[in-house]
Amino acid sequence: MSLSSRHLLGLYNVPKEDIQLILDTAVTFREVMERPIKKVPTLQGKTIVNLFFENSTRTRISFELAQKRLSADTVNFSTSTSSTKKGETFKDTVKNIEAMKVDMIVVRHQSAGVPKFLTQFSDANIINAGDGQHEHPTQALLDMYSIREKLGKLAGLKVCIVGDIAHSRVARSNIYGLKAMGAEVSVCGPTTMIPRGIENMGVKIYNRIDDAIKNSDVLNVLRIQLERKAGTSIPSLREYHNFFGVTEERLAKKEGEILILHPGPINRGVEISSEVADGPNQVILNQVANGVAIRMAVLYLLGTQN
Amino acid sequence: MKILLKNVSLLNPDQKLDKKADLLIENGKISEIGSIELDEKDGKVFDLEGNYCVPGLFDMHVHLREPGREDEETIETGSNSAAAGGFTGIACMPNTDPAIDSAEIVRYIIEKASHHLVDVYPIGAVSNERKGETLAPLLELSKAGAVAFSDDGVAVKTSDLLRSALEYLKMVDAPLIEHCEDEALADGVMNEGAVSTELGVPGLPSVSEDLIVMRDVLMAEYVGGKVHIAHISTKNSVEIVRSAKLKGIKVTAEVTPHHFTLVDESLRSYDTNLRMNPPLRTQEDVDAMIEGLKDGAIDVIASDHAPHSLEEKEYEFIYAPNGILGLETQLGITLSELYHKKHLSLAEIVDKLSVNPRKILGLPVPQIKVGEIANLTVFNPDEIWTVDVKKFLSKSKNTPFDKKLLTGKPTLTINNGQMFSQGKFESIV
Repeated sequence: MSLSSRHLLGLYNVPKEDIQLILDTAVTFREVMERPIKKVPTLQGKTIVNLFFENSTRTRISFELAQKRLSADTVNFSTSTSSTKKGETFKDTVKNIEAMKVDMIVVRHQSAGVPKFLTQFSDANIINAGDGQHEHPTQALLDMYSIREKLGKLAGLKVCIVGDIAHSRVARSNIYGLKAMGAEVSVCGPTTMIPRGIENMGVKIYNRIDDAIKNSDVLNVLRIQLERKAGTSIPSLREYHNFFGVTEERLAKKEGEILILHPGPINRGVEISSEVADGPNQVILNQVANGVAIRMAVLYLLGTQN
Repeated sequence: MKILLKNVSLLNPDQKLDKKADLLIENGKISEIGSIELDEKDGKVFDLEGNYCVPGLFDMHVHLREPGREDEETIETGSNSAAAGGFTGIACMPNTDPAIDSAEIVRYIIEKASHHLVDVYPIGAVSNERKGETLAPLLELSKAGAVAFSDDGVAVKTSDLLRSALEYLKMVDAPLIEHCEDEALADGVMNEGAVSTELGVPGLPSVSEDLIVMRDVLMAEYVGGKVHIAHISTKNSVEIVRSAKLKGIKVTAEVTPHHFTLVDESLRSYDTNLRMNPPLRTQEDVDAMIEGLKDGAIDVIASDHAPHSLEEKEYEFIYAPNGILGLETQLGITLSELYHKKHLSLAEIVDKLSVNPRKILGLPVPQIKVGEIANLTVFNPDEIWTVDVKKFLSKSKNTPFDKKLLTGKPTLTINNGQMFSQGKFESIV
């Protein structure tokens, strides 16, 4: 079994079989992570560059750990400023790195479309670790893994993504992935955070968090970015919490179980209360652990093709 | 020197001319129209069966980049590109560095272009340094040769500056050309809608354009000045212009070939050559552009020729500059998309590409008459060709139309005693 593409640019148009294969492969690696020696020789001799043009701690560490546990040689390139601002074009930067003969590139960038652009002039396997507001496929895969781990399936589940959908790459990848796996997907947030035309992606929209909770098996609660256009898309974090925060009281009204995911980092008291963030329904730290396994699976499947 | 254009269809809606004949040019002037014979040794004879000879085409929205970005385009290379595209006249936008906000720069451009086949008419800035704060010396600019005024790249910043500019320009009867975009809504880099949402690219809402079109139309009505809407791109904006015209408000509008052919769906490739401002809109908007061209809501087809260096177009999508080349593909796209698809007749196309832009700018329309200077474009509406960016005379290469098959191509461009044919300029005096 192998993936139908050489790259993981996003989950848009990725066939169900590929997602299934990644999730199933991750189960094996999740098991490896519980061993005393967490390292396998699978990618020995492969060179991987982590190209991070945007600040990231958790995703970068997760990828790096995954690479090390697969015995790959890894190099990190991190900068928070775009190469264009240094008078060097992005293409030159990447070609320089490419000239050093790398097998895989993991890339995060502020601009949507950068991973796809990379495939035009690099022979390496490209893995998208987040491009602008476009996609963050490994995050969505680990979210799906965590749901499946807890609830045993994805098909038929009702999953609601809550928060600033307009600016979220996590939301887009989750929508594509979950829909491919047969889940029903909805989004919930203030109208200013729901982008135009989102219904074309086949999702339902809730503007009341109580409705979202009532009608969902899973809530994936997104971080509200404090710095983003404060005062124009929402009046204040207090108001956001009062109307959209996921709290114990709100969950208590729900008949039946609900699973809470959060891609982190958490703003306690904003999008989620501390009680819920540490409560029995959440799988937030499982997501972090599963993230390493998912990234191992993706790296393994792409790195050992042919 | 004598040039004989044989068996050519003479077409000029401005003089109600539409007949097939031979046309003789002697030393740059039209000397005879009728049935004419010329021996090859006495001059050049072109058999132009199937071709049309029209008043030289005019593009009223061109960025020449000189002064300031001569690495991207110069007055010379931009004019060469215009001639290659069949244009004998262009108006160039003031967003140069420095901006065209002094008589000195207007004169510099006119002087540098004076030897060329292509007539170059500078458009002056509305405000000093295009900053939207204080009026540029509009009368001085006009006296030096500026034919219109614009802060293109951005809209005139405030309503009071717009009002002043329109009042003031009444003294020279020149139009204010507006780039319609409300800057408070201008964070995005592609049309806002279902596609931008899917692609995760910040969107530019169509209402950002509509608001400024509406503002300017109301101001033109109140003040009585002339407003020309540059690169119109939304369905609502066309509707606003259409109803303004019915009320007798002096507003005109232009559309670019890319806005009546391409849609935001094409951005799925993240090709930076599809990044422009206004952005590519939806099919509904494209249909509205064609409707506007047909019923006269839109007066002019203009290219918004915007050269950018290869390096800059290789920036990441959100950092790449806006704009594409247009001069060398404009006629071909217009004929392919509007004439061959039966939206416009050739006479209507000549209106949009030659007669109307000159009238809006207060310039005389070249006449196809004995004794007149030969300011002519000859084109073959049926010639099929493939766009090859390597053959462009522009200094830049940023076009999304490379390798595109087009039907309709300029054959000869003639003006100022010069002729451009088969890739070469030559003197005909």
